[in-house]
Amino acid sequence: MFRRSEQDKRPQVQIFVDGTAVAARQGDTVSAALLASGCDARRSTAVSGAPRLPYCMMGVCFDCLVTIDGVGNRQGCLVPVAEGMQIEIQKGKREIGK
Amino acid sequence: MSRDYDVAVVGGGLLGSAIAWGLGRLGKRVAVLDEGDITKRASRANFALVWVQSKGLGMPAYTVWTVQASQAWGRLASELKQQTGLDVSLQQNGGFHLTLGDDEFGQRTELVKRMHNQTGAADYKMEMLSASEVKKSLPLIGPEVSGGSYCPLDGHVNSLRTFRAFHTGFRAFGIDYFPERPVSAISKSGGEFRLTTPKGELRAAKIVLAAGNANQTLAPMVGLYAPMGPTRGQIVVTERTMPFLPHPLTTIRQTDEGTVMIGDSKEDELDDRALKHSVSAVMADRAQRMFPHLSRLNVVRSWAGIRVMPQDGFPIYDQSETHPGAFVACCHSGVTLASNHAFEIARMVAAGALEPELVGAFSASRFGAAGAANNSGY
Amino acid sequence: MTVAPKREAYDVVVIGAGPAGLAAAATSAEAGLSTLLLDENIGPGGQVFRAISSTPVTDRNQLGADYWVGADLVQSLRASRAEIIHRATVWSLDRNLEIAVSIGGASAFLKAQRVILATGALERPFPIPGWTLPGVMTAGAAQTMLKSSALVPDGRTVIAGQGPLLWLLAAQILRLGGRIDRILDTTERGNYFAALPHAFAFLTSPYFTKGLSMMREVKAKVQVVSGVTELSASGDGQLANVSYVAGGKRETIPADLLLLHQGVVPNVNLAMAAGIEHRWDDLQLCWSPVLDASGNSSVAGIAIAGDGAGIGGANAAVVRGRIAARAAVEALAPAVATKLAPMATLRADLAKAERGRVFLDTLFRPAPQFRIPTGDTIVCRCEEVTAKDVLDAVAIGATGPNQLKAYRRTGMGPCQGRLCGLTVTELMAQARGKTAQEIGYYRLRAPVKPITLAELAAVPKSEADVKAVVRG
Repeated sequence: MFRRSEQDKRPQVQIFVDGTAVAARQGDTVSAALLASGCDARRSTAVSGAPRLPYCMMGVCFDCLVTIDGVGNRQGCLVPVAEGMQIEIQKGKREIGK
Repeated sequence: MSRDYDVAVVGGGLLGSAIAWGLGRLGKRVAVLDEGDITKRASRANFALVWVQSKGLGMPAYTVWTVQASQAWGRLASELKQQTGLDVSLQQNGGFHLTLGDDEFGQRTELVKRMHNQTGAADYKMEMLSASEVKKSLPLIGPEVSGGSYCPLDGHVNSLRTFRAFHTGFRAFGIDYFPERPVSAISKSGGEFRLTTPKGELRAAKIVLAAGNANQTLAPMVGLYAPMGPTRGQIVVTERTMPFLPHPLTTIRQTDEGTVMIGDSKEDELDDRALKHSVSAVMADRAQRMFPHLSRLNVVRSWAGIRVMPQDGFPIYDQSETHPGAFVACCHSGVTLASNHAFEIARMVAAGALEPELVGAFSASRFGAAGAANNSGY
Repeated sequence: MTVAPKREAYDVVVIGAGPAGLAAAATSAEAGLSTLLLDENIGPGGQVFRAISSTPVTDRNQLGADYWVGADLVQSLRASRAEIIHRATVWSLDRNLEIAVSIGGASAFLKAQRVILATGALERPFPIPGWTLPGVMTAGAAQTMLKSSALVPDGRTVIAGQGPLLWLLAAQILRLGGRIDRILDTTERGNYFAALPHAFAFLTSPYFTKGLSMMREVKAKVQVVSGVTELSASGDGQLANVSYVAGGKRETIPADLLLLHQGVVPNVNLAMAAGIEHRWDDLQLCWSPVLDASGNSSVAGIAIAGDGAGIGGANAAVVRGRIAARAAVEALAPAVATKLAPMATLRADLAKAERGRVFLDTLFRPAPQFRIPTGDTIVCRCEEVTAKDVLDAVAIGATGPNQLKAYRRTGMGPCQGRLCGLTVTELMAQARGKTAQEIGYYRLRAPVKPITLAELAAVPKSEADVKAVVRG
């Protein structure tokens, strides 16, 4: 859906999406990294289970919700990636304690 | 609004709606007069418990009335489902009141004892359980939980959907719902009541005042008395999460949608627009001590609501001697008692008289003896 | 890295580090007032100058000169003594000017003598059939990714809607080598006539030549369909097709990405939760705060600058930021105010920056069918409530957005109405034959952004607070 411009010379950062290593760039938000990765990053909603991807990328729509390092329902568009970060695509309601 | 009605219900919240729906169910021609979008509405601020335990200390009749309501709720839910297709998600598998630390456990034990010793009240099997007994039903409780009381009759419901179901049911019963028509004056002439609203006058043979705390102002217009003592309550609600809480608690419940509601406070402040975060913090802190897993959930909303609260905490149901056909109904527990309002109060209003053996204890004449303390157990 | 605020009280707290916030904080701090700038994003710039300090897009022409103006603002701010904290989410502001801000999972509580809200705008909801499908995003979302991560659309891409940002985005995507298959222009033809009386101001504004050259640049490379009157997205769990009607003719094209845009509207949540009075703006079709000429709101001590004060664009936002800050300086340190740019000069600057705005607002007033959906189209994305659901609720008695919440849960999800509020107001107004002002808006309360229960639990509490909750 998106690809990186060649002029992007930022250092790589490795994150894991559902356990699979994905190359991101320093300064990416989690959502941007997911959309650039080509992974199927669709979460499913807590209401009907409908598939969703980020919509606004500016922190207002909450369609980018994702589990980051074990914490559910984080706004992926507001969190920068970090080396070794573990991302899980959320399916339905988050689990309590996660 | 020229059409004449058998009954005009003043107030379209849960209590007024339940009575109006019950009257419509009996074939009465009913009008409901309500306020608009922004007004103090306990119907959309409540905690949605269908709750028995600890109700009625100081008035055994209230315990009896509450137990009856709890037992009739299933019938209400199924009639609403049948009529509107809406499942109000009634769950009555027992509820808990959890205590933190030994002091709270001791106080609760004392309360349970006092409730049991009260004569004339229905036995609703409220009992104290140790922390390990509680854990059998609620495996996720934290180490600070010292135990709690349990009552098998307790439950909860989706109160917003109940509200919607009543209003949906109005149509099928031919009930006219008139929002944005606060009543400013009521008079009786020619054997009928005339209610003044900003959008004209409405006439009805009988009226039921179900305007919450505003009943205090409306009741004297028809020779009734409804002394109110409202308080503010705050509630915090989290995002939806997977089901984890099989029973409702007095202060925590998981809705059928998955959100976790955390209540509640009792404050003298009556501004429902403002919130006191430090009070919400106490609620949040207690909730996470009861269920440590809750701590990472996100709070998505919080609000303050004004409780409809008769001065002594017990319901008021009364009929006017000076203005026959005028009734007043107000209580704190509009959710718990909705079944009684829909079935019993509506039946009595339709028949023209409240039955003393059923609701005589709730007459406002009890306020004649001054100094009734607020000891309803809420 | 996250840092807590250095003090508990400030002369001025500015919320939002976009054009208005950057300018306001710099002005206030330069005048010697203790100033804190709180911002939710990773770096300064807001939306328009997104990633201004970190963008990987190094060719300055690609993002355009208007973007790089932001670098000067950031430089001025950094030269001032203002304290700035990023990834700081303000979740509560009240009438006593008490601020609760979440930073790194913990809340700090601050007191300010003056608060300048510069929380900006968000894109107007574009509730067409299929707008919740993966692959449908806002144009602003694509622009955010382009600026902050040099990401450009790769698959079959359609851009639909109207307004200056849409053309700017298209030009930027093309300059970075991205793909755009088609642009669907939804500007109503009648708007051109309606806007005509305001054309002179526009023709003499800087928007005109810039806008025209950008449209030429894009039209040379992409097929543009104008006069689009219907639009929908479809696909099974993922966008597959975009369907539209133009000139009475329906066409359906395959697409992987649909970028929607029909202007921006003030982001009102924090301001409304603080109790600031707002009015419906019939021209901009949104809620705007009631402000005096210095940006002061109905709540004493809180001013609003930037697009949150009513949409005016980046240049106006900068000036409004300076005006609000100057007013704060006049109030708190009048002796210093004389050293700042005179208010009269600032007001003249603002008039200049706002030149041509009425023309743009009139020309790009979104058509009713793109604001007020019907049938099964989703209105509330969080709670998945459709237009038909809303109308059903109106039929049984919902008079406004708050009763609607009770019936249908609209606005009760995590976005707190940001993506459905305007649609709900307009849909209910239409259904009830009322004005949007009469229908009103959701009653908003803190927390305006979610915080964890643990974070709320950590708020300091008194014995009286405990007694209000624990009562036997």
